[in-house]
Amino acid sequence: MNMLHHQSNNNKNRSMINAIVLLGLLTTLLQCSNAVEFTFDLADNAEDCFYEEIKRNTSAYFEFQVSAGGQLDVDVVLKDPNNQIIYSLDRATFDSHQFTAETTGVYTACFSNKFSAFSHKIVYVDFQVGEEQALPGVDEHATVLTQMETSSQAIHKGLNDILDAQTHHRLREAQGFKRAELINQRVMVWASLETASVVLIGLVQILILRNFFTDRKPSQTRYERL
Amino acid sequence: MRNQLICLALVLCTLHTACGLYFHISETERKCFIEEVPDETTVIVNYKVELYDPRSNGFMPSSPGIGMHVEVRDSDDKVILSRVYSSQGRMSFTSHTPGEHVICMYSNSTAWFNGAQLRVHLDIQVGEHAIDYANVAQKEKLTELQLRIRQLLDQVEQITKEQNYQRYREERFRHTSESTNSRVLWWSLVQTLVLVLMGFWQMRHLKSFFEAKKLV
Repeated sequence: MNMLHHQSNNNKNRSMINAIVLLGLLTTLLQCSNAVEFTFDLADNAEDCFYEEIKRNTSAYFEFQVSAGGQLDVDVVLKDPNNQIIYSLDRATFDSHQFTAETTGVYTACFSNKFSAFSHKIVYVDFQVGEEQALPGVDEHATVLTQMETSSQAIHKGLNDILDAQTHHRLREAQGFKRAELINQRVMVWASLETASVVLIGLVQILILRNFFTDRKPSQTRYERL
Repeated sequence: MRNQLICLALVLCTLHTACGLYFHISETERKCFIEEVPDETTVIVNYKVELYDPRSNGFMPSSPGIGMHVEVRDSDDKVILSRVYSSQGRMSFTSHTPGEHVICMYSNSTAWFNGAQLRVHLDIQVGEHAIDYANVAQKEKLTELQLRIRQLLDQVEQITKEQNYQRYREERFRHTSESTNSRVLWWSLVQTLVLVLMGFWQMRHLKSFFEAKKLV
């Protein structure tokens, strides 16, 4: 901004607009993140699609995991801008796929639960497009990296892997936990039902037996009369 | 010159709308996302909504009439954020309890059914991803290496939080398993008792019944 003050009045206007445009560009770059992770609820019999524009020759990483619902399976399809299927899996619980965009355009990721009429699914999605955004100032210079810089980069990569692994295990744990909760509930319900049915059967048995012996009496008297 | 720049700015604006992940919902639909986060973790949500325009068969880059209702609930189903934003919004919240946080969005449209389609650009960043390092570097005047170390520290902190959360989850899981275990044990004892008592009562009852009927 200091430079603006040194320029003539005429140029000032133009530089101002330039600055505004630059600012716009900067906010665009800042707000545009290339990795998104989220979990969503896929209703029964539904299909949910997500779209992302990917530039040519950009590598993208796609990962999903079903953490709850039914048999923990979902149909997944990845399509390129020409609507051609580049990756598809039926009834999968988790998988990942890395690909490089061959054309610039909107890529589609669809999750389908059409085969399941009753159970909705909870699906985790991780979609990373391109390389991770570099830290401002870091990795920009053309000189050879010092040992410190290379190690710090390696540590950063390692920590990223740890975070990913933690997410994966957290989701696996969620599957296990939901199953355990279900078992706990089922044991409870079944125990109550079983106890109730044992008592009921015991009572009914006695009633039926009593009925047998009380029913015979009138027929016996009829026999005697004959 | 000025016109050219404005053109450029417009192009940049449209480029901006094309960035990030998006999906379609109808005006009346409600869409929820779940973020499972440890406690004291910042979550930033960015979104932009475009309304379908039947005339151009595309999506209008800016639709001032549309407002989005955003609601965030924590793991205890307590509302921690509920506000109406315009067609573009940015909100952040910090979790105070670990667990699943549900972020729901729906438009304030008054259409009863068959509303127009909306295109929602969404970006959710959690934990150390939510930190703007350009800002940090500028504010604290850090060198490149210092900034990198700062990022590593944030990551390690996030991992520690995640591990604490894992510990909490493990505890919860163990509680459930122990509860199942004790239920099965108690139930088997109670069931045996019920069977024995039932049999005993049946015998006694039948005996007194037969005696009363003079059948034995």
